[in-house]
Amino acid sequence: MTGTTDIYHEMIIDYSRNPINFGEIKDHDVTFHDSNPLCGDSIDIDMKIDDNKVTDIKFHGNGCAICMACSSVLTEITKGKTLDEVRKIDKNDILGELGLEHLQAVRIKCALLSLKVVKSALYTYMGEHLTDSQDVDKLKEEAANLY
Amino acid sequence: MQSTDSSFENLRKDFPILKRTVRDNKPLVYLDNASTTQKPNQVIDSITDYYQNHNANIHRAVYALAEEATEAYEATRDKIASFINIQDRQEIIFVRGTTEAINLVAYSWGRSNIKEGDIIVTTEYEHHSNIVPWQLLTQEKRAKLEYIGVDDDGELILDDLDKLLATGKVKLVTFSLMSNVLGTITDAKKIIEKCKVAGVPTLIDGAQAVPHMKVDLEKLGCDFFAFSGHKMLGPTGIGVLWVRKSILETMNPFHGGGDMIREVHKYETTWNDLPYKFEAGTPNIADVVGFGAAIDYLTKIGMDNVREHEIELTTYAIEKLSNIKGLHIYGTKDISKRGGVISFNFADVHPHDVAQIIDGEGIAIRSGHHCAQVLMERLNVAATSRVSFYIYNTKSEIDVLVNSLNIVAKVFKL
Repeated sequence: MTGTTDIYHEMIIDYSRNPINFGEIKDHDVTFHDSNPLCGDSIDIDMKIDDNKVTDIKFHGNGCAICMACSSVLTEITKGKTLDEVRKIDKNDILGELGLEHLQAVRIKCALLSLKVVKSALYTYMGEHLTDSQDVDKLKEEAANLY
Repeated sequence: MQSTDSSFENLRKDFPILKRTVRDNKPLVYLDNASTTQKPNQVIDSITDYYQNHNANIHRAVYALAEEATEAYEATRDKIASFINIQDRQEIIFVRGTTEAINLVAYSWGRSNIKEGDIIVTTEYEHHSNIVPWQLLTQEKRAKLEYIGVDDDGELILDDLDKLLATGKVKLVTFSLMSNVLGTITDAKKIIEKCKVAGVPTLIDGAQAVPHMKVDLEKLGCDFFAFSGHKMLGPTGIGVLWVRKSILETMNPFHGGGDMIREVHKYETTWNDLPYKFEAGTPNIADVVGFGAAIDYLTKIGMDNVREHEIELTTYAIEKLSNIKGLHIYGTKDISKRGGVISFNFADVHPHDVAQIIDGEGIAIRSGHHCAQVLMERLNVAATSRVSFYIYNTKSEIDVLVNSLNIVAKVFKL
């Protein structure tokens, strides 16, 4: 094995074969879909939100091992968090958990696709429920600067 | 030149990039030739020589350099004419590549010939560059885009074409001469015959075919033909659109600007002669010169020898890859019907992961949808891994590929 295959450690392979929180939530409060035009990775995320907290989250779609593993870890991190806490989840929280800090640029997008989808879902939900236009503008700015 | 593995191996010395190593000192095994090919010294040197000794703008000034630059630029047009058997050099337009060529046709020909209710026919195995320009056009004109389907062997279902032609509404049939994913060689003769009977013009995307086999436009009898220089040893950013003169003469310009005009007045302009009417602005002169050197190089080898070499490699690769447990190859196994492109999936491992792991062994392959998402939907996959060969590839490189796939199997516990 060489440097580039080091990222394919046990945890990544396990998550890619047996993803956590994989599936759909039929009565979701918010859902979002995005894909990576470069490689065709495609992820949907459904969230159930009660009292400003993510009470359930599931993802489905198609992606490489990196994408699937990161989606599993991200949904685990997100579950049970308040919306403000989800807002603060950083890319390094995901990459660090899986030892992917040094992932090459072209694969970073595989790793962070689901984070982009979770944040987009969050902004969609908050946008629908916020009344203060200043907050909405701030959300839009955050969404635009995701990567 | 004899078409043996060793004579082709001899060509490798002309390609400086093939001497380099990648990722922990692994020799580069370049198997992404359907995407772009490497360049021999002859091409690289011709571009350097142009800039060092002949650089000037063309078709304008009277001084010596300008004359040399114009001659070098126009010489490539003649080389292309004899390379794919075109009688009239005025029908050859230099563009950035196949994508621009097809967009030029959609814009200049399509906008004045396609009306509401008309049908444009393409195929399920097209590159996005032969789908999206037609979507834009048909949406603008309220016309319809229809598809010739692909069967389980990766070949076109020509009954679909018959049904569409029977509507009497088809105004153009467009298809690639070789699929960039499956490698299927299209039965162009049969399609063009059918279209001629129906009085429908045909456009061929030759990007994958021209670099790999003898193509004769006179024999084919299509009306539009497009291909790119960079997939056949030439530089990026240069390609060709050929249009039958009787059609080209009726077409409006694509871009307005210098060089494409005869006279410009405040409110009206008359156009330059063909092909210059379609070559607005200072063209990509140096790369046209480099493209000429690439055609010289391929002509010297002989396109029948190129095809024979690739048949040998593809046969060998299909045999070796078929022996790997869990590896599925897409498309026909009839080697006479396919070029040197092999798309596959390996068990449940995502193509990205396959490509990344074997990149660690120095092997460059493509993974993804290959700009053919319509075909990916038809095959019911999100992506495939793809290897594609060219003149400098060898059987021992295929052995390296096969060995590296064993590493993938180990990592993913297959």
